[in-house]
Amino acid sequence: MIPLLDLSFISTLCLTRAGLKVDAEKAYLIESRLAPLARRECFSSTEAFIDALRHGVDDRLAWAAVEAMALPESEFFRDHHVFSQLADDVVPALARARGGEPVRIWSAGCGTGQEIYSLTMLLADAPGLKVELFASDLSERSLEKAQSGRYSQFEVQRGLPARMLVRHFEKDGESFALSPRVRQMVRWRRVNLMDDLARVGQFDLILCRNVVGQLAPEAGVHVLGALHDALAPGGFLALGQNDSAGKAFVRAAPDLSLYAATGQAARSAA
Amino acid sequence: MKTCLVVDDSRVIRKVSRRILEDLGFEVAEAADGVEAMAWCTAVMPDAILLDWRMPAMDGLEFVKKLRAEVGGDQPKVVFCSVENEIEAIREALDAGADEYIMKPFDGGIVAGKLGYLGLLA
Repeated sequence: MIPLLDLSFISTLCLTRAGLKVDAEKAYLIESRLAPLARRECFSSTEAFIDALRHGVDDRLAWAAVEAMALPESEFFRDHHVFSQLADDVVPALARARGGEPVRIWSAGCGTGQEIYSLTMLLADAPGLKVELFASDLSERSLEKAQSGRYSQFEVQRGLPARMLVRHFEKDGESFALSPRVRQMVRWRRVNLMDDLARVGQFDLILCRNVVGQLAPEAGVHVLGALHDALAPGGFLALGQNDSAGKAFVRAAPDLSLYAATGQAARSAA
Repeated sequence: MKTCLVVDDSRVIRKVSRRILEDLGFEVAEAADGVEAMAWCTAVMPDAILLDWRMPAMDGLEFVKKLRAEVGGDQPKVVFCSVENEIEAIREALDAGADEYIMKPFDGGIVAGKLGYLGLLA
């Protein structure tokens, strides 16, 4: 059992580093996320690992702990109707509005890549559509896995239709490897959404689904403000179905969690 | 209530599948091979069929081809549920008329995801 003091230390660490809301009461969650990390880093126990974090010996370890607590539960085509509408209506409409310039799309908090790859697989089959796809996450480990495009048998059965599996994946040993054609359409970068996002550029479509809900309220407001600034004029922000967009955005499509920046001329998604 | 026919020569798998499907609100019938399954289907077509591949008497691949040639045989959503996990095998099953494919081992979340995608969950 992790002492309560250690639990609140982890909670504070996640809040200050990444704005992450980690309930100190959820001892089982903290234990289950940190125990594998403690083992990997050769500590005798989770307690010993947290003790080392407290003494601030290694900043890398502190980040690794925060990243472990931020791990998303990821599946392909989560809320699958969202993806078909993005690919069939929203992105083509943005492309027309851009008049030949590529549509810039950013998956912010991409986890192990299932979200951005779901959209990429659909866009890869849309002829003549010019897109630039970016994905970022706080966790280096998640990014490495995402970039590899390799998923377990269990993972490819979470949300991925069998026809998409046979179309875009090859079996490689025990894993399933996404085709290089799809994989190479996405560029990856480590981004802490709590940092200054001025340098990430501007995007026509930002996917930040089921991320804001994991953040502490003030951190959520901060991130939404930063995403607002990163949205190109006429662009859209896609949030998770249970995420709240706050005052900076207005809903752009009634049945999608798709938002436009408040104050911009309202335009239809289709 | 939607109906699902579980076709598998393993009684254990049929039992596990039945529990998962009943939790999802299906009325479940069982068959131990393709011949038994076809007898069910000629009587009344189920809404969904969870179908093993390797079975005695008639295997899953032969069953789905026969089913699709029957009157009304295009109606049931057929989900293969097999240990075969090579891409080529999955493609063969889909080309033969399957709607979806589950690689064993599976759990309730995977079954619910596939059936939801096929529009079979309320």
